[in-house]
Amino acid sequence: MSEWKLTGRQLVRNPLSLVGLVIIALFIVIAIAAPFIAPPPEGHRDPYMIPRDGYWAEPQPPSKDHIFGTTQGQYDIFYGVIWGTRTAFRVALVVISVTLLIGIVLGSLAGYFGGVIDEVIMRITDIFLAFPSLILAMALVSVLGQSLRSVMIALIIVWWPSYARLIRGDILQVREEDYVEAARGLGASSFRVIIRHVLPNAIYPTLIMASLDIGAVVLTAAALSFLGLGAPEGYADWGQMTEFARNWIVGPIGEPLKYWYAVLIPGLFILFFVLGWNLLGDAFRDIFDPRLARR
Amino acid sequence: MELRAYIIRRLLLVVPVLFGVTLFIFGITMLFSPLERATLYVTNIRQLTDLPAIVEKYGLDKPFFVQYGTWLGQVLRGNLGWSQVVSMPIAEAIPHLLPATLELAIFAVPVIILVGIFFGTKSAAHKDKPLDHGTRLVAIMGWSLPSFWLGLILLMIFYGYFSGLLPPGRLSTEVSIFVDLPGFTRYTHINTIDAILNLNGRVLLDSLRHLILPVTTISVINMAFIMRLMRSSMLESLGKGYILTARAKGLPEKVVVNKHARRNALIPVITVSGYLFAGLASGAVITETIFSFKGIGWWAWQAAIRLDIASVLAFALFTATLFVIVNLIVDILYTRIDPRVRLGGGVQ
Repeated sequence: MSEWKLTGRQLVRNPLSLVGLVIIALFIVIAIAAPFIAPPPEGHRDPYMIPRDGYWAEPQPPSKDHIFGTTQGQYDIFYGVIWGTRTAFRVALVVISVTLLIGIVLGSLAGYFGGVIDEVIMRITDIFLAFPSLILAMALVSVLGQSLRSVMIALIIVWWPSYARLIRGDILQVREEDYVEAARGLGASSFRVIIRHVLPNAIYPTLIMASLDIGAVVLTAAALSFLGLGAPEGYADWGQMTEFARNWIVGPIGEPLKYWYAVLIPGLFILFFVLGWNLLGDAFRDIFDPRLARR
Repeated sequence: MELRAYIIRRLLLVVPVLFGVTLFIFGITMLFSPLERATLYVTNIRQLTDLPAIVEKYGLDKPFFVQYGTWLGQVLRGNLGWSQVVSMPIAEAIPHLLPATLELAIFAVPVIILVGIFFGTKSAAHKDKPLDHGTRLVAIMGWSLPSFWLGLILLMIFYGYFSGLLPPGRLSTEVSIFVDLPGFTRYTHINTIDAILNLNGRVLLDSLRHLILPVTTISVINMAFIMRLMRSSMLESLGKGYILTARAKGLPEKVVVNKHARRNALIPVITVSGYLFAGLASGAVITETIFSFKGIGWWAWQAAIRLDIASVLAFALFTATLFVIVNLIVDILYTRIDPRVRLGGGVQ
C-alpha cells in the first residue's frame, strides 16, 4: 500500500501532473452534467445530435442564444463541445476496455504458456504492429463504412497488439516467482494460477498505462472524424466540428479572422482533454521508469 | 561472421511478417462480395454493366487461397490495381506522389531531431528545475495538439491574416506551370532540390514558402516525442558511474553533460529517428490533407473518403512493407553503433 501512497504523493507534488488531474476532473464533471449544462431542446430525439438553428452554411458569431456561436450548417458549438465530451469518454472507454480484455487474454496465454502459443500470438502482433496505426485505422474504417462504431472497431484492432505485448512481458516476470510455483505445486489449474496468482501481480502498471491512453485514443478518433471517416454529420464530436470549420479558416476581405470561434473552440476542447491525460501520463512514466531511481 | 549470421536471421524473420501483412490485407478485400470486388477492376464507367464477366475473367468466385495466390503473384510483379483518385495504376501513383512526401520528411526530420535533442538535454541537465518543467510542458502541449487543428490555426494566421503570405499547396500556380516547361529539368521531382540543381531562385523560394507551415506542423507534433526520449535517456546516462568519475575529476559541468553523458544518451534517439523518417515517408496523412500538399498521404485520404478501397489497402501494404524494412535496417545499424547489443545467443 505504501507504494500507492508514494505514487499518489509524487503525482500531487509534481505541479504538471496536478494540473493534469484538475483538467481531467473538470472534463468528467462536464460529461456527467452535460444534460444540465446544455439541455437538449424539447422534443429532440437523440441528445448526441447537435440541434441546428437554420440550414445556411455561414457560421454565426457568439450571441445570447449560442454563446460559442454556430458552426457551418448552424450547429450550436456550445452544445456540440459539451456533448462531445461524452462522445470522447465513450469512445475512449469502449476502445480501452475491449483492447485491454483482448490484450489480457492473449498476453496471458502467450506469457504463461510460452512455446508455440507464445510464438503464434507474438507473430500475429508483429503483423499488426507493422502498420502505422493511423493508416491501418483509416484503411479499416474505409472498409467498415463511415460511422463512430467503425472508428471504435478500427481503433481496437490497431491498439490490442501493444497491450498483448505489455501484458505478456509483465507475466513473464511474474511467472517464475516462488508463489506461482507454490500454487502450481499445490495442484491448481493453469486457469486458476493465471487468474488468482499471476495476473493480479502483473497487470497494475499496464492497467494504469492503459487508462492514460485515453488521451491518445481520443486524439486518433478525432483525427479520423476530421478526415471525414468518423461520426455521422451533426453528431456531437470534436473532430467533426473541427472539420466543419475547414472551409471557414479565412474570412472575407477585411475580416480575415471572422470565423475564429468555429475553428478555435472545438480544437481547444480536444487539446485540453488530451493534455490532461498526457500530463498525468508523463508523470507516471517517470514514476514507473525502472531505470530511474525512486526517491 | 557473427554479424552476417545475425543479418540473415533477421531477414528470415521479416518474411513471415510480410507474408502475414499480405494475407491480412487480402483478407480485408475478401470481406466484399465478388461483384463488389469486380468494381475495383473497372477503369471505365461503361464496364459497370459487365461485372459478372469481370468476376468470371479474374476468377473472383474461386476459393480464398487460389485467389490469394493470384493476387500475391500480381502484387509481386508490381501490379497493385487502379487508383481512381489520380486515374493511373497504383504502382505508378506511388512513385509519382512520393517526392512530395519525401520533401516534407527531408525538411522535418532534421528539425525534429536537432530541436528534440537540444531541449531534451537541457531538460535532463536541469531536472525538476523551472527550465525542466517549462520544456516538458511545451513538449507535452505539442504532443497533445491535434495536428489537424494546429494546421488550421497556422493557415488562419499565415494564409488568412497575413493575406496569402504562406499558402497551402506545393507551388503557386504560375510556378507550377513553369517547372513543367522544357527549360526546367525535373531531376528528382522534389521541388527544392530540383530548384537548386537548376539554379533557380524563384522556384526555390516559392517551394520553401509552401513548405514552412506543413514542416512546422509535423515538427511541433513529433518533436515532443524525441525530447521526451532524449530526456529520459540523458537522465539514465547522467546516473552512470563514469559521470561521477568525470565530475570528480573536476571537469566543468558543461563538458560532463555535452560530451560524456550526451554521447551515450544519443543511441536510442538515433534508433527512433529511423522510425520517424519511415513514418513521415509513409505519408503524413493529416498534414498533407490540410495543406493540400499532394503526396501519398493526401492520396490515401482521398482514396479513403472516395471509397477507393484498392488504393487504401495498397497504401497500407506499402507503408507496412516500408516499416518492416526500416525496422530491419535500424536493428542492423544498432549492432554497429552499440557494441553492447548481443547478437542473439545468451551471455558469452
